[in-house]
Amino acid sequence: MKKHGKLLLALLLILGISVFAGGCGKDGNSSDGQDGDGTDGDTTVTGEAVMGGDIIVGITQDFDSLDPHKAHAAGTQEVMFNIFEGVVKPDKDGNLVPAVASDVAISEDGMTYTFTLREGVKFHNGALVTAEDVVYSLKRSAGLLETVDPEVIVTSALSCISDITASKDASGKEIVTVSLSTVNTELLGYLTSAIIPKDYENQANAPVGTGPFKFVSYTPLASLVMEKNPDYYGTAPYLDKVTFKISADTNTAFLELLAGNIDIFPYLTSEQASQLSGNYNIENGTANLVQALFLNNAEKPFDDIRVRQAMCYAVNRPEILDMVADGKGTLIGSNMFAGFAKYFNADVVDMYPYNVAKAKELLADAGYPDGFEMSITVPSNYQFHVDTAQVIVEQLKQVGITAKIELVEWPTWLEETYRGRKYQTTIVGLDANLAPSDVLKRYRSTASSNFLSYVNEEFDEIFALAIAETDDAAKVKYYKQLQEILAKDAASVYIQDPASYVAVSKKLSGYTFYPLYVQDMSKVYYVK
Amino acid sequence: MKQGRGQSNTKNWNMVIGIALVSVVLLFVVVGLFWTPYEPTAMSAALKNKPPSLLHPFGTDYMGRDILSRVMDGAGRTFLISIVTVAIGLTAGVLVGAFTGYYGGIVDEILMRLNDTLTSFPSILLAIVFVSLIGTGEYNIIAVLGVVFIPSFARVVRSEYIVQKELDYVRNARLLGAGNLRIMFVHILPNTRPILLSTITIGLNNAILAEAGMSYLSLGVQPPNASLGSMLSEAQTYLLSAPWFALAPGLMIVFTVLGFSMISENIGKKNG
Amino acid sequence: MRYYIKKVISLIMVLFLIMLLTFIAFQVIPGDSALSRLGVDAEPEAVEALRESLGLNKSLPERFFSFLSGAVRGDFGNSYQYGKPVGELLSARLSVTVWLAVLSIFMIIAVSVPLGLVCSRKEGGVADRIITMVTQTLMAVPAFFLGIVITLIFGLVLEWFAPGAYIAPGEDFGGFLRYMIFPAVAIAVPKIAMTVKFLKTSVLRELKLDYVRTARSKGNSERAVLWRHVLKNALIPVITFMGMVIADVLAGSIVVEKVFNLPGIGRLLITAISNRDYPVVEAGVVYIGSVVLIVNFIVDLLYQKVDPRVRIK
Repeated sequence: MKKHGKLLLALLLILGISVFAGGCGKDGNSSDGQDGDGTDGDTTVTGEAVMGGDIIVGITQDFDSLDPHKAHAAGTQEVMFNIFEGVVKPDKDGNLVPAVASDVAISEDGMTYTFTLREGVKFHNGALVTAEDVVYSLKRSAGLLETVDPEVIVTSALSCISDITASKDASGKEIVTVSLSTVNTELLGYLTSAIIPKDYENQANAPVGTGPFKFVSYTPLASLVMEKNPDYYGTAPYLDKVTFKISADTNTAFLELLAGNIDIFPYLTSEQASQLSGNYNIENGTANLVQALFLNNAEKPFDDIRVRQAMCYAVNRPEILDMVADGKGTLIGSNMFAGFAKYFNADVVDMYPYNVAKAKELLADAGYPDGFEMSITVPSNYQFHVDTAQVIVEQLKQVGITAKIELVEWPTWLEETYRGRKYQTTIVGLDANLAPSDVLKRYRSTASSNFLSYVNEEFDEIFALAIAETDDAAKVKYYKQLQEILAKDAASVYIQDPASYVAVSKKLSGYTFYPLYVQDMSKVYYVK
Repeated sequence: MKQGRGQSNTKNWNMVIGIALVSVVLLFVVVGLFWTPYEPTAMSAALKNKPPSLLHPFGTDYMGRDILSRVMDGAGRTFLISIVTVAIGLTAGVLVGAFTGYYGGIVDEILMRLNDTLTSFPSILLAIVFVSLIGTGEYNIIAVLGVVFIPSFARVVRSEYIVQKELDYVRNARLLGAGNLRIMFVHILPNTRPILLSTITIGLNNAILAEAGMSYLSLGVQPPNASLGSMLSEAQTYLLSAPWFALAPGLMIVFTVLGFSMISENIGKKNG
Repeated sequence: MRYYIKKVISLIMVLFLIMLLTFIAFQVIPGDSALSRLGVDAEPEAVEALRESLGLNKSLPERFFSFLSGAVRGDFGNSYQYGKPVGELLSARLSVTVWLAVLSIFMIIAVSVPLGLVCSRKEGGVADRIITMVTQTLMAVPAFFLGIVITLIFGLVLEWFAPGAYIAPGEDFGGFLRYMIFPAVAIAVPKIAMTVKFLKTSVLRELKLDYVRTARSKGNSERAVLWRHVLKNALIPVITFMGMVIADVLAGSIVVEKVFNLPGIGRLLITAISNRDYPVVEAGVVYIGSVVLIVNFIVDLLYQKVDPRVRIK
């Protein structure tokens, strides 16, 4: 068993995305005080923890499903983190730590994963977690069950799994074996998917998991209530009850904050953060998104690399940050955010500094000396992206490009822009799972999610090498290379990883940022 | 009568104030067509959220844009949208209302049920349908709101015709051999004027507000273009920190609605 | 009796028409229900499989009639998003909307009728001028803005209610009603302003008609004329207007529900539209259609009650 333990450690180091030291502190401690009000120093870790208490957390999105395998919205997943766990789960530094499984061993050739289940883990309904449950859950999210529920979102990265079986080892411990058909060294990052009881039918209405909190009730458009799981095997949460309250939008939630009716609100805008004082600390983190002006590489005039590069030179990213977020946020130069500290290629961030003359020159080379007309498609439910688009429209005027904003509804964006690839440019933020390949996979020329229609054979080759590589240093090198290719090709105008502001009541402490979409309530406590 | 003198007095005052208010707005709109102090969409990080000053009489917004320039630009758009919208709703509404109210029976039943269908159809869904057919922009808003406004005009006009057609003057006209169409549009229509004017005023007001509502649901005027409604909707986040955002567009809307309302009251009474 | 049968038939016709229109609208607008359900990471094959299982790949008439036959039996199917029966979802939101409607309509009538009469009794008087000025200014305030201002004043400054802290009627009915007063005010204020204007215009016009002069000359007091004769006749346009207001409020007020965080019909409908949750939208539209028709039917009946000259057949 010891051998396995070591192997696990090595693996975590490979996959771990650790804290990017510096400005965008991932810990609760905000390094740059927003209004000097309680954000200086480490107010969030001082104070004696009190057990018990109820809190209300404001959210602005209703849940797309309570069944963890049927939900894709980041807003759902970050809440459900408290109720569900996988065989492994991410910690606040982005490392994978054992959860329902206490141990994992990976064969030399990387083709077999053997999980030893933690003993005595109970579901919220009181039943013990068996290997059967784990097999069922993993098969369900990999689409390997005999009868497939079409609403279950099959994780495509799990397609390398050929079989999952349950067994018992010599000492009677329950074992789950995952066999692969092709090597994927980043598989563990996807095995965070929820473990649920086998053949439990009512997951969508009364979800049952193994996490530190258990589900109590849900009222559509109003709230989801969860309470402390007294049987939790790990560190027990401090709070007795957490209510996630669904507000219609951030403006409504802000009014509630001003009245002191919400204890934690994770989606403040920078403007709101600067207005809030008194009862709240403002915690700064990063949103862990790649925000970019994505260009349709197959569409004229963006099929010309000179035009794409001109766009990159013409967009003044620091000014965007100043305009939309008071200068906060982290500039990026390729499709990776700084949260993936180890893989993040900082060299490409400034490949295209703001340069109007250069942009005009490139445009003239490409045959557009007087610029051209273009449209920016923006999903209307994201004010942040809409504001970014307005700034870009003004900036592009300087090089003679006339851009027009087209707001579309989210389902329209999904079907026409994302799936249909009928657009010129679009602004959205892309999030990712706990694996660097997840951030970059859409740029493979054959990927169905390649809505930019980006094609580069070299990228495809190196991407394949990167996934299969077991040597850490080589893997990092490949990923940095991939980012450089994207930057050189000017695949899109990469802007920033936006800043994130969280309002936390001064009575509370322990709010923790993750490099992923997670609202971990098990660490939050009342201060004496 | 005892209120005789007061009445004519108010009448004049109403007219004067009404015209004054509308003229102020019109002045902004007309000048805004040719000239604004700054480019309405020009932004600057250094000028974000500045309170009113000599350079920017109404202050600047969250992107450092001059609010006065945006109001001048946006008021025109709002004006166009609300007037055309009401014109569409009114024309169609009067036709439907006149026929249904005057004839009654099967015509009434069919047209009124179509009217009910239209009322029940969610205007947001209608807006999305129009967006997919004719794209986004001012025309889309006008088309959607124009259609949405037909049922209410039709209902009000119909209720007028139901009452009026039973009155003596209509019977007399019929005895004198006037045709139905003539009775409907030459005899009855002028008598519906007071109610119609109230409806138009409320309609104008509703059009401005509905456009603001559509902006609030981001189906309205497309950014970075402004309308009074979209500016007011943007201003809501800043009511505490930068209350001047709401001031100029808010005043413009109040001036317009109040002005029209006062004028219409006056015209309505002259007729009586 | 025949009259009522005819009304029921036309109600059914209209509901059919609305459902058909909504169905067509869903064919016209972009946005795939299955894709919206599964999101950006789903493979095209998975989206196709879900389309198949939701029955979205069947022919258009087949889909519409299978939906229609369900609707006739009162079964609108399950919501794509919530996985719950649509009827259950809708009826849970209904109490919010109905109470909001009841409260706001009560306010509208209780305030606007006396104000309208005061204005028309002494037209041009001080009271009239003040009321007219105030109501017309209030009329010009958009609902969402009014909602925010009410929240700021009554919620944050005076602390009469806790903004956004909506209490479900099942939890604490008193608290629920107390909270609902404020969104009801936000709905009522602009409508009060409009109703006052309408009532005043209508009463003033009646006052100028011959029969009023006759009544006055017979020595009836001004008050009696106003109450016994004028008000009754002046009510027709007002009833029409009130009918539209009631139908409007019962159909759900998205903007006010948003500002006050109410889980009402309006928000359910807009959420369903933006998730392409077709069963919920259809059921919502059928609900609104029924409300509009029933209210308008009552309005037509009231015409005849108020003014016997009117016969609607």
